[in-house]
Amino acid sequence: MLEIKNLHVKLEEEDKAILKGVDLTVEAGKVHAIMGPNGSGKSTLSYVLSGRDGYVVTEGAAHLEGEDLLEMEPEERAAAGLFLAFQYPVEIPGVGNMTFLRTAVNAQRKARGEEEMSAADFLKVIRAKAKELNIDAEMLKRPVNVGFSGGEKKRNEILQMAMLEPKMCILDETDSGLDVDAMRLVADGVNALRDAGRGFLVITHYQRLLDHIKPDVVHIMADGRIVKTGGPDLALEVENNGYADILAEVA
Amino acid sequence: MAALARKADVTADRLAVLDLPQGGKWATEARQAALARVNAMGLPGRRDEYWKYTDPTNLTVPEAPPAALFDPRETPVFDDTERLQIVFVDGVFDAEASDDLEMAGLEISRLAEAGGHDIHWAKDVYGVLEASGQAPVERPLAALNTAYATDGVLIRVTGKAAKPVSLMYLHKSETSDAILHHTIRVEKGADLTILENGPAAARFNKCMEVDVADGAAFHHIRVQGRDHERRAATHIFARVGAAATFKSFTLTVNGRLTRNEAVIEIVGDEAVAHIAGASVGDGDFHHDDTVFVTHDAVNCESRQVFKKVLRNGATGVFQGKILVKEGAQKTDGYQISQSLLLDEDSQFLAKPELEIYADDVICSHGSTSGAIDETALFYLRSRGVPEAAATDLLVLAFLAEALDEIEDEGLREGILAHLEGWLARRRR
Ligand SMILES: Nc1ncnc2c1ncn2[C@@H]1O[C@H](COP(=O)(O)OP(=O)(O)OP(=O)(O)O)[C@@H](O)[C@H]1O
Ligand SMILES: [Mg+2]
Repeated sequence: MLEIKNLHVKLEEEDKAILKGVDLTVEAGKVHAIMGPNGSGKSTLSYVLSGRDGYVVTEGAAHLEGEDLLEMEPEERAAAGLFLAFQYPVEIPGVGNMTFLRTAVNAQRKARGEEEMSAADFLKVIRAKAKELNIDAEMLKRPVNVGFSGGEKKRNEILQMAMLEPKMCILDETDSGLDVDAMRLVADGVNALRDAGRGFLVITHYQRLLDHIKPDVVHIMADGRIVKTGGPDLALEVENNGYADILAEVA
Repeated sequence: MAALARKADVTADRLAVLDLPQGGKWATEARQAALARVNAMGLPGRRDEYWKYTDPTNLTVPEAPPAALFDPRETPVFDDTERLQIVFVDGVFDAEASDDLEMAGLEISRLAEAGGHDIHWAKDVYGVLEASGQAPVERPLAALNTAYATDGVLIRVTGKAAKPVSLMYLHKSETSDAILHHTIRVEKGADLTILENGPAAARFNKCMEVDVADGAAFHHIRVQGRDHERRAATHIFARVGAAATFKSFTLTVNGRLTRNEAVIEIVGDEAVAHIAGASVGDGDFHHDDTVFVTHDAVNCESRQVFKKVLRNGATGVFQGKILVKEGAQKTDGYQISQSLLLDEDSQFLAKPELEIYADDVICSHGSTSGAIDETALFYLRSRGVPEAAATDLLVLAFLAEALDEIEDEGLREGILAHLEGWLARRRR
């Protein structure tokens, strides 16, 4: 599904390398988790994959179902099936949440040569999905993320994911800022999307989320590289002992 | 001295090619008084402080600089709104295309025909609000308009108008130079909406005087036409009585040069006056909103909301003032002027001013100039919205506060659709 090979990335503005050779493959139907200390490059990886400006790829490649991601515009990556749930969802005053999502859904459909969703169908689907995530109708009418609480913003990301039905979902610390109940709602939302044709890359600091979204593979990222890969137990080890042992072991 | 002499020359050259329209006594008197004002002030020049950001030369030269005709299928903006339509082609009344000038609760006549009649109310408005708006800042182009306007409408409203009066300005001659003057009195408790649209002429000088009596309501929604090369200088002079409402909104797309002045005097307690403008310019576009709101009564509210989206070297200007006179307590004044610069070639020049002589007031003003929010743009694109459409969404979001000033939902939707169409055609 997602294949990242020897990815090196530096900042555009200054000559600072952030990713120093990331190798990672997420297979369809699998959930991979990435953990790692603050500043190790997890968010940078997710931004580079989704096409944000400000980074330069100096080496390596990233493919989604064989298509060269790095050659595409951000909207083309989205239409190809990539989705990033932002660590810090963006507030957009003046753009209604509903208008935004409908524009996005139909833009993707159009890009894929599919028929656009009618206003009525869209409304029906979004109401049902919002309800599952405990997002009330009032929030859908408000401008995108404006005045949303931290947890509401994260749930809104998952709502977008549910509406767009991407093939490859990257979740960047979607659990941070969530209360216990919201965490369960978000996890249920993610689990509902799990199927054989879809891959997940879940970035998190805590085992808690992984209790709900059971990963198949866990990676540890440090200083711009994946330094260790293992099964679900690896997350438990981090939870109990922190990163010191692992980092010492690979140093 | 040299500057003064040059001003006198510019004024003499301009007046030399104009004829003072003949008509009945009251109109002739008003025109002659206005002509005296023009001669005393002289036409604006580049050195005038009030024209620091906008070069008036093309508005004062004797002949109108030519303007190529644009797509004659000017997007009809108000077609879904039932209205009484009055059409001017290059400033000349088109009887064929216009509806009968009759509606319950309204007296409508034309300036070109009014001179002979003794329209008593018009005497108290025509040239009167304009003259009172000449201090503290001079507006010579408005006085020129009062003196030389060839036509326009005179509307007295005594009840609630069943539908808006729509003034449509068509542009069919590349060298037309039109001067129109509208005079409106909304009597106590009466209610009128005026719609205006179209480019009007190669050069258009338009003045509208509106006297809103106590408890009356006046709404004005204007779209200034899509002609690329047209030039316009417009003035609105409003006097707003007690518990009256005055609301004006203007959408400007294209136009080489536009100067829209509004002079609003709130003279009765508990009145509300809002003036708003949204303009979008691409390339050879210079748009100037110059607004002067005076509070001379207690417990009144005024709002100025002006938003400009500029690209490819377009220029936006805002000069806005709130003057709160002594004794105008409990004034609530708000002014915002903002520009969204879509590239580094475009510029926004703003001069926001507050002058307050009462102590119990709330007045705020703000002016900002910024680029598109790259983070928001990326967020939209990451959800699959193509860059051009995402930019348009952000542009519309930026303009929303101005469009929200249009009270009537149907008209607001119409304006929005017009704007969306323009943006979509400009996508690259
Ligand atoms: N635009 C930028 N300008 C300057 N430094 C940057 C920029 N983007 C990333 N960095 C730096 O790159 C490093 C990696 O940042 P990144 O946000 O990817 O870390 P992270 O692993 O997601 O951390 P966290 O767990 O705290 O979210 C950090 O040192 C960060 O300061
Ligand atoms: Mg991060």
